[in-house]
Order: sequence, then C-alpha cells, then structure tokens
Amino acid sequence: MRTGQDLELVHLTKRYGDTVAVRDINHVFENGTYVCLLGPSGCGKSTTLRMIAGHETVSGGSIVLDGQDISRLAPAQRGTAMMFQSYALFPHLSVRDNVAFSLRMKGVDKTERYRAADDMLALVDMGHLADRLPAQLSGGQQQRVALARALVTKPRVLLLDEPLSALDPFLRIRVRGELKRLQRELGISFIHVTHGQDEALALADEVVVMNNAVIEQAGPARDVFGAPKTEFVARFMGGHNVIDLDGGRYALRADEVKLAEGGRPATISLVEYQGDRVAVTAQLGESEVLALVPEAEFYANPKNPGDAVGLAWDEGRLHRLQA
Amino acid sequence: MTDTLTETTAPAAAGTAPPKPRRRLSDNVVGWLEALPLTLILLCFLVAPIIMIVIVSFWTATEFSIIPAFTFENYQYLFGSSVTYRVFLATFKYALITWACTLAIGFTVAYYLAFCIRSQTVQIAMFLLCTIPFWTSNIIRMISWIPFLGRNGIANQTLIDLGLIDQPLEWLLYSDFSVILAFVHLYTLFMVVPIFNTMMRIDKSLIEAAYDNGASGIQTLIHVIIPLTKPGIMIGTIFVITLVMGDFITVRFMSGSQKANVGRLISNDISLLQYPSAAATAVVLLLTVLIVIGILLRFVNIRKEL
Repeated sequence: MRTGQDLELVHLTKRYGDTVAVRDINHVFENGTYVCLLGPSGCGKSTTLRMIAGHETVSGGSIVLDGQDISRLAPAQRGTAMMFQSYALFPHLSVRDNVAFSLRMKGVDKTERYRAADDMLALVDMGHLADRLPAQLSGGQQQRVALARALVTKPRVLLLDEPLSALDPFLRIRVRGELKRLQRELGISFIHVTHGQDEALALADEVVVMNNAVIEQAGPARDVFGAPKTEFVARFMGGHNVIDLDGGRYALRADEVKLAEGGRPATISLVEYQGDRVAVTAQLGESEVLALVPEAEFYANPKNPGDAVGLAWDEGRLHRLQA
Repeated sequence: MTDTLTETTAPAAAGTAPPKPRRRLSDNVVGWLEALPLTLILLCFLVAPIIMIVIVSFWTATEFSIIPAFTFENYQYLFGSSVTYRVFLATFKYALITWACTLAIGFTVAYYLAFCIRSQTVQIAMFLLCTIPFWTSNIIRMISWIPFLGRNGIANQTLIDLGLIDQPLEWLLYSDFSVILAFVHLYTLFMVVPIFNTMMRIDKSLIEAAYDNGASGIQTLIHVIIPLTKPGIMIGTIFVITLVMGDFITVRFMSGSQKANVGRLISNDISLLQYPSAAATAVVLLLTVLIVIGILLRFVNIRKEL
C-alpha cells in the first residue's frame, strides 16, 4: 500500500567509467516493510544500498523518500542510517560513546546523549556492556552495538549491508530473528542486502532479486520463490529445476518432483541424505533434475546412483520462464 | 555466545597444554640461539659504549690527559653552569618547534596520501616521491640551503627582484630560522611514514560511519581520524625529538656556529679532548631524552602498532 512515505528509486543509475554498476532501476520500497536486496556479488545490490545511504554518488536518476528527493543530500540528512558490514564501530570509543556519537556531533549535552544511548542499548539488550570497548565484544555483540548506533539517529529507513555475514551460522539464525523482531517493533523500513536466499526468505516481506545491475524480480518472498520469472531467479533462489520442455523453458520446484513408477524415465546420478529429506539428482534426457524427497518416503523404497527411476510432477506446477 | 567462545578456544588450549619437558628445553635453547646474534650486536655496539660513557663521565681530565677517577666534578660543573641550562633550553626549543612543524606538515601529507588519493598505484608513487630527498646525504641536503638562503642567495635575490624588500634579509641564514628550517626539511619524512602507516590501517568504513552519524569533515578529523592516528603521531614524535635533541651538525652548519645545542656542547668538549666532561653531558642528555620519551609513552600505547 503506498502511503507517500515510501522510499522510491527512480531511474537510478550508477556508472564507474564505462562499467555500469546499477542500470536504470525503478522500485518502490513501501514504508515499514522488511525488504531484502538479494543477488550474487557484483550484481549492484550493495551499490544501490550505498547510493540510498549517500556513501556513493548517484550517476543518474533520483532517490525519493517521503516525497523529497534525497539523492544529493549528505548521508545524515537523508533520514536513513546505515549498518556496515564490518560494523565500523569506532575502536577508540566505548560502546556507549559509539552509540552516542551522532548525538555528540549534533552537540547534545553529555547526560542527555548518554541517556538516549543507554535506552537504545537496552533495546538491543546490550546495556550491561556499555562501558566496554568494541574489541572486547564478540561479533554478535558488536553487531547489536552497530544496530543501536544506527537506530539512535531515529532513521525512517535502516540500511543493512550484509549484516549477518560476519557471524557463525547458529548466531546468524538467532540474530536474524532479532532483526525481524526489531523491525516489527520499530515499524520503520529495513533494507537488508544479502547474497543468501535463505536469509532473504526468512526475513523479507519483500524480496528484490538483482542481477547484472538490474532488478530481475521483486515481490513477496513466497511469490518470488513460488513463481520465479526468469531462469536466473529460479536458479539463484535454489530448490528449483530448470527444464526444457516442448520448446519452452520451465521452472519446477524440486519438492514437487516425485519418484514414481510410470513417470518420465530417468537415471539417478546422485543421492544426498539431508536429514529431513533426501536430495536425489537424476538425469532426464539432456537435463539434470533434482528431486527433494521426504526422508521416510525415500527410505521406504531406497534408490542408488545408476538405478532407473520414473520422475513425475503435477503439470500445473511448471512455471514458464521468460527467455 | 560465551559457550561458542570457550568451545573454540578449548581444543587449542588442550593441544598445547601437556608440556613435554625435553622438547621445551630444546625450544628454549633454540630461542636463545635465535636471539644470540642480535644480543651480541646490541651488547657490543649499544650497551658497552653506554657503560663506557657512564664510566668515563666520572673521570677527570686536564688539558692534555685523561685520569681515571671517581669524581662528581664533571656533573658539578655541568649543573653549576648557567650555560648548561641555556643550551638545554635552546635544545628543547629546537625540538619543540621542529616537532610542531613536522607534525603539521607530516600529518597533512600523510592525510592527503591516505585519504585523498584513491588509486593505490598513485599512492605508492607519491610516497616514493617523498623519499627522493633521502637519496642524498643529510649534509648535502643541509648545505644546499646555504646558497639558497644566503645574503645574496636565491631567496633574497627573488624577494628584492619582486620589490618586496629593499635590503637582504639577514635572518634567513645563520639563525634559529635556518636551523629549524633544515631540521624540518630533514625530519618531516620521519613523521610522514608512521602517520601514513597508521592512517592506512584505519578502516575506510569508519569514516563513512562518521559521516552517516552526521559528523562534518572537521568533526570526523577530530573525533575519529586523529584519535586513531595517535600511535603513528607518537612514533613520529619520538623519531623527531630524539633526532633533533641528539643533533649537532645541523645546528653548527645552519647557524654558522652562532647557535648552540647540547650536541654542540658535547662536540666542543670532544674537540678540546675533554672526554669526561663530554661523557657527563652525554649521560645527562640521554637521561633527558629517555624521560621525554617516557612521558610521551604515558599518553599513548604504541605497542599495538609494533
């Protein structure tokens, strides 16, 4: 729903000499949503984020927030705040001083800015470590301090540049839950850059898939995963087969493929046990097809590489891809 | 979080924990052997000479002979003379002014190299450009100022030709000005290198984070860049102060022997064969410099830079 407070990219372009990092993209980020910019490295997602933040100049087009063109404003005047990939905490300042930094720059007096900083630290559950230096914190703790420092500026849009990439896998899952909770509580927009599709699916109200400097597909996470428009999106989101059938190219979810007698004849080339399910790769004519079979179902009738098998699926589950 | 921490450190600790006595002994021996060459060099060429100087400073001398003794008369004479205090004061003045100038220039140059130049190739090229003067010797670089600054030198000629002055400026050469000018010229690079080095280690995203938090350019400089560059500034400061306080040749040449510092005091004593007196002055100078460095190290922890 458009409210007029949205963040809008209008024909946004970034060129470095002859190379185009972001090509003429248009998109509306609705107010108060969690958006993931998803794509492989070098696709322009980070550049887009940095242009919104104001750390990268805009070569063409504009960025509109709340009806105002912010594309030429200083980073701090845009109503955005950025959380950096490396967190970029000031190593010489305590946690409290890091969070209070922006208020200090504004000339807010000490008691008041410390009070605001402590409130923000309490929000991210870091109040007890306010006197530490960043180097004395773990990665996850540093991440929360960086979050508090970004939020203390009361941004309308929080920009997160691969915020979870420096964390170990278990922590990553816990922290992403906290990010989502914070976003709901604060009700502001989060724009989160990531190259992990699982992260995007878990977090995002809206997923924006980028490739080669353009947006390939944007929409609610379920729509993007369930109905990829292009081969790139289907492959990048994972869990999809891309099959050539009757002159067209189709995407088919791997969990929709059944191993059944009387299906299309294929030969199994790889069997991978994945805990809750088994990934079976089979050679079907020219193309490889991946089937994700529930564990119990597979072991009721186990197969080995080299075995002949029939592959079946509901024709209605095939999605025709754009060329 | 603490769980994962202990888990990752525990196996490493367990791997090294059970000590094998024989292996440790050999490690120890190897360690000593590795340290031996440098230890010998330092003992022969640093520790031994200093001990010699300290010993000789308690000897006594006449115009033509040096007599081993244990007397405090060199020190008594040194601390009893008002010349000593004036010369030490002059030495501190040179050190302080040179430090301020080299810091201002060195910081600016390093800042420009580290933050204003994007391309690494250009950065390295410009850095090497800074070192070109070091391809010639100190003395040559110093002496080349003389024809430039002299009464009929290029500087005065140009100023007269431009009509800015009628008379040649007398204070350009053989003055405190020329001494400090030469010091600054000789030693600015010692400030540039460590500051540049620390600045290059500053994560560029910290600067962006400062802008993101609303800091202006000046605020970023004061609240982020300078605090993070302090160790480099301190190392440069130690270089410059020790070099200036120990110098005698620059002061002699550039002041035309009209100005004095502690180094010249020592060199004069030596030329008059007053080794014990020179040694006593050297000991006092050494202690002074060490105290200065000790005070500087109180302010900044440079260990993480080394």
